[in-house]
Amino acid sequence: MSDKGMTIHLKIWRQARGAKTGKFVDYTVQNIQPAMSFLEMLDILNEDLVKKGEEAVEFDSDCREGICGTCGLVIKGTAHGPHAATTTCEVRMRGFKDGETITVEPFRAGPFPVIKDLVVDRTAFDRIQQQGGYVSANVGSAPDGNAVPVSKYYADKAMDVASCIGCGACVAACPNASASLFVSAKISQLSRLPQGGLERGRRALAMVAQMDQEGFGDCSNHGECEAVCPKEISIENIALMRREYMRGALKGD
Amino acid sequence: MASLGSIAWSSVGKKVITGITGLALFGFVCVHLLGNLTLLIGPNAFNSYAHFLETAAHGWLIYAFEVYIIAVFLFHIVSAVTVAWTDKRKARQAGYKYSRDAGGKSRKSLASRSMIYTGAILLVFIIGHIFLFKFNGGNPHTLDEHGYKDLYKVVDEVFASLGFVIFTVVSMILLGLHLRHGFWSAFQSLGWANDRYLPLLENLARVVAVVIAVGYIILPIYMHLTQPGGH
Ligand code: FES
Repeated sequence: MSDKGMTIHLKIWRQARGAKTGKFVDYTVQNIQPAMSFLEMLDILNEDLVKKGEEAVEFDSDCREGICGTCGLVIKGTAHGPHAATTTCEVRMRGFKDGETITVEPFRAGPFPVIKDLVVDRTAFDRIQQQGGYVSANVGSAPDGNAVPVSKYYADKAMDVASCIGCGACVAACPNASASLFVSAKISQLSRLPQGGLERGRRALAMVAQMDQEGFGDCSNHGECEAVCPKEISIENIALMRREYMRGALKGD
Repeated sequence: MASLGSIAWSSVGKKVITGITGLALFGFVCVHLLGNLTLLIGPNAFNSYAHFLETAAHGWLIYAFEVYIIAVFLFHIVSAVTVAWTDKRKARQAGYKYSRDAGGKSRKSLASRSMIYTGAILLVFIIGHIFLFKFNGGNPHTLDEHGYKDLYKVVDEVFASLGFVIFTVVSMILLGLHLRHGFWSAFQSLGWANDRYLPLLENLARVVAVVIAVGYIILPIYMHLTQPGGH
């Protein structure tokens, strides 16, 4: 690396708005500092493109600190890039070599249609959430801190899955394009707590039905989802989702 | 309230069906292996074991079992093919141009990726296996000195052919590979897994895969090496 920074070659998926498909376009960016984030590197590319009068590459981001779930790219063939437990916005250029060629694709799944370039429509997740990813019991105003007993173990387990930011990397990485990890995280978070436990059966049935209706694939237990999840959510939650679903089905919820 | 059909055929329902039928087939594979190990004792042991199976409950046991196992197979095949082929293809029509396995905590392996192919080859093997052994390749069975069907002779003749020994050995390696993913995956599909059991189940799957494959591989090799006329 010269003191001018790294040179990075990019193969970026470009797809026009409304187009059925697109193609890879090659770009080269110079003077990339190792401490830069991957998205900052794309910002530099876009500045170059705009200066040249070309159309900028569309990609999603918001918080750029790994908490909102807006960003999401398949970098070098892996959702959120080659490093575990990382969102796309947390990927740093120091993880790549000077002169390296990096492919960048959108998250691909039928229920995540490409809007433009690297931006996909993930509102299918919102529709699944609307089927039961909430607590509908009336609880009045904020209760006293310890009025509802919650064991530490289940509080921790619920907190682990509550860290899901709904980015969709699990779907992107799944060979079957299944949304099982996302849906199971939501079901697991709520059913493990007393308030959410009230509607656990109906919730599991309704959210799974919506997931299927959106056209996500079925799970083959490959576990690619857990490996790419920026929040390291375990596939044990998928097993729990199946228990909850069968429980709801057997009870007739 | 959701209908029973929509529950059974939901993404979760299909996994439960695949898992239960998979474990049922695994149970059959174990019992079948134990029974067939009587080949190692000798013709008399094997033929009287087969005679017992064919005549138990006036011959009804075997018919009932055949109906059961065919039904299990059909459910296993239909649900698994829907998961790993039909729905999979529908869910991502525009695939990645460049993708790599995530590695790390992923359980994706040669075994998990090839389930549908190992399953298909095993189906071919099973059909051939039934034709050759149960129906003696379409020929009438001879009787042994106790008046039992001489099934030992049938096995002996089939495994005289080195080609069929090799086909069987390869098929049984694929059975091991199928169980390597299928065994732990069945428990996960039935919701009977968590972070405490998953590593145990995966290790158990490795052991099960090797034990079953080796157990079944011993038989054709033994029968080939102990041919009456030679070796
Ligand atoms: S932009 Fe918010 S998580 Fe990446």
